[in-house]
This record gives sequence, structure tokens and C-alpha cells, in this order.
Amino acid sequence: MRLIADKLGGERGGEPVFANIGFALEDGEALIVTGPNGSGKSTLLRVVAGLLPAADGEVRLEGGSEDWPTPAAACHYVGHLNAMKTALTVNENLDFWRRFAGEPALGVAEALEEVGLGHIGHLPFGYLSTGQKRRAALARLLVSHRPVWLLDEPTAGLDKASEARLSEMMDQHLAEGGIIVAATHLPLGIAARELRMGDALRG
Amino acid sequence: MWALFLRDLRLSMRVGGGALTGIIFFLAVIATIPFGVGPDLNLLARIGPAILWIGALLASLLALDRLFQADREDGSLDLLVLEADRHMLALTVLVKCLAHWTGAVLPLVIASPLLGLFMNMEPLAIGATALTLLAGTPAITFVGAAGAAVAVALPRGGLLISILVLPLTIPALIFGVSASYGATGDPAPFLQPFLILVALTLFLAVIGPLGAALALRRSGD
Repeated sequence: MRLIADKLGGERGGEPVFANIGFALEDGEALIVTGPNGSGKSTLLRVVAGLLPAADGEVRLEGGSEDWPTPAAACHYVGHLNAMKTALTVNENLDFWRRFAGEPALGVAEALEEVGLGHIGHLPFGYLSTGQKRRAALARLLVSHRPVWLLDEPTAGLDKASEARLSEMMDQHLAEGGIIVAATHLPLGIAARELRMGDALRG
Repeated sequence: MWALFLRDLRLSMRVGGGALTGIIFFLAVIATIPFGVGPDLNLLARIGPAILWIGALLASLLALDRLFQADREDGSLDLLVLEADRHMLALTVLVKCLAHWTGAVLPLVIASPLLGLFMNMEPLAIGATALTLLAGTPAITFVGAAGAAVAVALPRGGLLISILVLPLTIPALIFGVSASYGATGDPAPFLQPFLILVALTLFLAVIGPLGAALALRRSGD
């Protein structure tokens, strides 16, 4: 499977944010997107996911067969927001995404164990701390299978131990032939290529 | 899909779900009418079906703005849109509408016979009004979903939704009320307006979610 971005351009509210971005990722490859604030990292991820239309160029997935027809169908997207309901318990939240997203992988309890939250599945999501919320949102990556992970600042709010655990999760995903595109300021501790979003447009 | 229905229903039951807000508003509207109109029992019985319908219509508009906005605020909406290849987006919207109706509007329908007593309505009129509400209020939710989807990106979209949606709900109101009157007044028919009401609901069950899905796709930013 290959995830290809071809001469991609993105805009926000009619203003071009980046242009002419290209990459091609094979099975087991990761791409770290870095750059200063406002350089379009999040916009790039949303364009790749298909949540925003590309201003220019295109994103395509080759060799995805009928299981994964489009990048949108093949990806897990973890944005700035955790996509969890504060009124529901962590278990209920994850169980919902597991059933809605299909392709179930790990069980809810196992996934929470993986992110180190095994003991708090019964609590309402709203009671969790910022870091715990983030870890619960990352557990969503494990409860259903997607070959492509799009992670926007995945380490926001995480402590050192959780960052290490996230690196392990990503390493394992890559080892199983997955693809990761992550926007971040901090080193993620995985072997990856780097795409530096520059001030090319502004500079 | 069943999972989505259960999740939304559960959310509407829990704290801050807004199911209760609608009922209290409905109760407030109906309870104040006799004070405003005066103690003329015949007059109250005559305008009862119309007042119940207007109250239910306004109460169900009240909760509509949270239909997609809550999901947008916590990022769930992005994921629901992303799953469009697996679950057709219009179908996702339809399921959300059904859950919203069950959680927020069905309680209004169940409460309407009790509120009908406030209006001194006969048992037959109460039954007919409850039945037309049961058949007609889904239409309000479906057309409201389209309005809610258009206004989802606006921070205070509630007012705009009401303005957008209200004109479109008028047909349901007209046929709902005329069917309710038809059940009691002899010359007026019951079945014809009732069937048109049902047809409206079915028609909007298709058009509403399709329109809403189209709007949601464009709302990403």
C-alpha cells in the first residue's frame, strides 16, 4: 500500500497556507511533519484525511484494494480534539468507536491497558485529566484497525512514560506494515522521515 | 449504526442532554396559555390541538442546535464524516435524527395528553392530537437536521436554525392541526390530512438527511 501526496496545496479561509507538498509513503514508513506554528501542519493532515478539499494536487492511496478504497476510509485521524463524550464513561466511548468504525482489533479493556488506563475505564470521560484524556483518545487507534494513522500533535499533554508508550505503539504499528503521518514539535522516538513545512510561501 | 443510536440516546438521557429542557418549555407554554386566554373552557378546548402543536413544534426546535454542534465541539463530527465510506453520511444523519427524536421529542408526544387536560380537551381530541404529533414531529426533526447542519459552524447557530427551519415546518403544522380537528369536528375529514402528514414525514426523512449530509461535508475547516 502506498500513500501518495502529489503537489499538494492547502488553504484556510481562502488564504494559501502551503503549496507543492509531496511525499510517498510505503508500508511500514512514517513521516513526521514539523514546522513553526501556522505553517499548515494541521491543515496538511486534514487535507490528507479528506476533511478539507485540497486547493491543488491530490492525495491517493495505491494498492488499498476494496477494503480501503480512499485515504479517508483507510485512516485513523487523531486531531486536537479527542472526539470523546464527557458524559459517557471511557469504556462506553471506546466501545462506541470500536463498533462504529468496524474492523475491530483489540478489546476496549486491552486497549486501555496498552495506554496505561486499565483501571479507569468506568469513569466518565469528563473526570479525566488532560493527559489521561489524550491517552484514552489514542486508545481509539487500537480498538479498530486502520492501516494509516494521521496524528496531530499526539503527545500534547502526555508525560514521559506515556510518550514512550506511544512510541512503542507506533513502532508496533509500523512493524505490522502500517503508515503514520504525524505533525509534532517534539521528537516522537520512531524512525521516520521528516517533512519540514517551511515559510516557503511567506518567506 | 445501532451503536450510534444508543450513544446519542444515552447522551440525551444523561446530565446536560437537554431532553428535560424541551419538556419543561412545552409545559411552560401550555400552562401559561389558559392564564393569557382567560377561563373560557369552550375556547380553550377549541384552540387546544393548535396550541399543543405549536408548543411541541417550538419545544422540538429548541433542542435542535445541539444535534451536530455537540459532536463538532468535541471532534466526533470529523470522525463521523471520515467514516462516510463505511456508513453513508446521510444514513448516519438519519440515525442521529432518530436518536434525537426518541430522546428529545418522543417525551413531548408522551407528555401531550397530560397537557391536553390543561386545555380542557375531550379524550378523542387528546388522542387525535397525540397521534398526529407522533406521526408529524419526526418531520420537524428531519428538516431541522438540515438547518442544524447548515448552521453547525456558527457559534450561536440556534437562532439561525429556528429561522431557517420554521417556514419549512409549517406544512407539518397545518396538516397536523387540521387532522386533529378532523377527528372531532364532523364535516372535516381526519384521514386525508393525516395521510398527507405521514407522507410529509416520509418525504422529509429522505430529503432532510441528504441535505444535512451535503452541508456537513462542506462544513469542515
